[in-house]
Amino acid sequence: MLTTGFFAMAAVEEAAQAAGHGFEPLLPGLIVLLPLLGFLINGYLALSHARRSAEAVRRGEELDLDTGGRPLTHTLPSWVGPGVMLIAFGLVVANFLRMSGVELHDPVVVEYWTWMATGTFTVSAALQLDQLSMIMMLVVTGVGFLIHVFSVGYMKDDPGYPRYFAYLNLFVFFMLVLVMGASFPVMFVGWEGVGLCSYLLIGFWFSDREKSDAGKKAFIVNRIGDFGFLIALFLMFVFFGTLDFAEIMTRAPAELVYGAPLVTAITLFLLLGATGKSAQIPLYVWLPDAMAGPTPVSALIHAATMVTAGVYMVARSSVLFALSPVGSVTVAGIGALTALFAATIALAQYDIKKVLAYSTVSQLGYMFLGVGVGAYAAGVFHLMTHAFFKALLFLGSGAVIHSMHHALHHTHSEWDAQDMRNMGGLRKFMPVTALTMWIATLAIAGIWPFAGFFSKDEIIWYAGAAASGPFAGWYTVFWILALAAAMLTAFYMTRMMVMTFHGANRTGEKEAEHLHEAPLTMTVPLSILAFLSIFGGWINVPEAIRNSFLGGFGSLPMSEWLHEWLDPVTHAAQVVREEALLESGAITAGEHYHGYLEHAPFGGGELAWALISTVAALIVVVVAVSVVRRWTIRPAVESGEPESGIRKILYNKWYVDEAYDALIVRPIQRTSRFFWKGIDGLIDGVVNLAGGATRFAGFLVSLFQTGSINTYAFILTLGVLLILWTVGF
Amino acid sequence: MLTQALVLSAILFAVGTFGVLARRNAIIMFLCIELQLNAVNLALVAFSRAVGIDGQVFVFFVMTVAAAEAAVGLAIIISIFRHYETVNVDAFNLLKW
Repeated sequence: MLTTGFFAMAAVEEAAQAAGHGFEPLLPGLIVLLPLLGFLINGYLALSHARRSAEAVRRGEELDLDTGGRPLTHTLPSWVGPGVMLIAFGLVVANFLRMSGVELHDPVVVEYWTWMATGTFTVSAALQLDQLSMIMMLVVTGVGFLIHVFSVGYMKDDPGYPRYFAYLNLFVFFMLVLVMGASFPVMFVGWEGVGLCSYLLIGFWFSDREKSDAGKKAFIVNRIGDFGFLIALFLMFVFFGTLDFAEIMTRAPAELVYGAPLVTAITLFLLLGATGKSAQIPLYVWLPDAMAGPTPVSALIHAATMVTAGVYMVARSSVLFALSPVGSVTVAGIGALTALFAATIALAQYDIKKVLAYSTVSQLGYMFLGVGVGAYAAGVFHLMTHAFFKALLFLGSGAVIHSMHHALHHTHSEWDAQDMRNMGGLRKFMPVTALTMWIATLAIAGIWPFAGFFSKDEIIWYAGAAASGPFAGWYTVFWILALAAAMLTAFYMTRMMVMTFHGANRTGEKEAEHLHEAPLTMTVPLSILAFLSIFGGWINVPEAIRNSFLGGFGSLPMSEWLHEWLDPVTHAAQVVREEALLESGAITAGEHYHGYLEHAPFGGGELAWALISTVAALIVVVVAVSVVRRWTIRPAVESGEPESGIRKILYNKWYVDEAYDALIVRPIQRTSRFFWKGIDGLIDGVVNLAGGATRFAGFLVSLFQTGSINTYAFILTLGVLLILWTVGF
Repeated sequence: MLTQALVLSAILFAVGTFGVLARRNAIIMFLCIELQLNAVNLALVAFSRAVGIDGQVFVFFVMTVAAAEAAVGLAIIISIFRHYETVNVDAFNLLKW
């Protein structure tokens, strides 16, 4: 069945190649199917393991994984899970090399079959390969593969090991559908699928009530966003009669009116969908709770890939957003606000994963700011570098938690393995983890020459440059917010690193003996990601910086490579913006718009600006190191929660969860209860009353049935007499 | 002549009705029902003299049905008696609400 599927697919692909695009995609269907195959194999293993352990429980035994060698269900996933990812990554790289070898202006769409055909509306199960989806595929399969390898070390002692890999493979399948789908409905399949896998993996340890609740929270909050996404889809269908990316993006500039309510509505509803999936204000609240899942899941789904889907979607719909200045400024505003807001919360968290979670929300805010100001390539650039360094940070924290957990487990300590107040001085025990995480920290703080410096700086710089287009005043505000958030980022990350790896060890002497460096399956992915966190930014160095001493006086092999690479995708949106600016007189004929204006206040100041920001970030890091080192930190059980002041507010996340609870959740509960007990009770009461009255009448009439023949005869006679009387008189 | 026959029929019917309502012995009640039937027969025969032959045809029908009814009814009473050792209808009150 599966093999015939492959063959049929290969035939379709040959047909696509025969059509001749210059670029010949290599088995794109297989890239998607490989993780699905992994899911089927691992899923089967998970089910057979579940059956065996259920039988063991019925016999009154417990399935012991360690006696007599690991069963196949717990060894095979180690090869299948990462294996399919490696092959998929190889295929993606092969496709990437083919694509970079040719000049490709239009996306290549590979159609497999007609999925829906109703009246004039047709949706094909089709995959789209262009420069944007290629970048996303590289990130998803590449970083995904590393995280799969890391998971082998991290999860190998978990009883749910095969189930874990089944979910993880399924996630990658849906994520690939999301980024490769050639139309909004296909993208939506992936969009919902990754949400499902996110739910399954957050609640992976579902026997813990808190964790399964966190999964539900993520799912429900995402549904709110999905509602917006669907409305946007309906609007687009009504207007265009199709939902294929290629057709919508080519027709939109000519058919939609610039800045009209329709396109603004579409973009705002799309944005609502994006805020749900990408954890932006007001729907970001699920992401910090999602940290209940296993740490590699946090790295893959809740940092590197799924949460960037919103950014990808905005970049994919760039033409629509360019047509709506209101939509764009809202995207940028939400991004900037989220970046700062989440960064403040990250300042006061003690759970190492919570710090990283808020940091992710904050960095996603930067990406939104980037795509909001029209710098789509910069947004995608930050998406990519963020995938490197944030995956590294999460995996590093996973290594730390793994080690802490083992140490605490040995001494049967009840301490929290994720609370940074219980750590300290771990650098001595885990040098590789500490070094790689420091690299990621410098990258996220935006310090030259690490990856985050180039991507984040570019976004902030564009935000400043956008301050001369429409809504100029607002963009200036966003620019300031982004700057403030950048400083906070440097501080909270340094605080996290110092609390975890430096100062005196606070785990306790007995526990400290059991602290250890992570195994090779974990440290190797960390090292590769660290390498990418250093050099990943060099693919998109602005010309001005490349030619200065910061870029080694032009010695870097690539300059603004990503911009040029993504140009076929973002070009249409830039043209729309350029025309709008021409019309409004912000630029004169002959001038060009590159996401910024040539005569903008920041037009030439890239180098100076880069210098200022990296020095500022460096100062914050140094100050943070010296400040945090002087703090007296005591283990969590001794210190408790902060009791007053700003620290208490930040520790409690600005009480947003409580506010949502009071303003939304409780009113809904009260209304539901009213409908349940009040309205539903009333209706039930009426129905029950009718039933009861009938029953009572029946009871009364049944009293005549005495069982005595004489009574019957008497009543019969009376009846006859009555009839005779009525008839006769 | 007709009047006297009808009066006799009415008296017989009333006696039969009283017997059905007042007595508790199943056999007696049964006999009283027969009395009622025959009262009706008498009335029909009397009418047939005045009106036409139809009444007598009805009487034959009534007698046939009464014979069949007597056979079934007596069989039921015997069967009940075997079970309860009595033919008092007050004892047969199981079929009620």
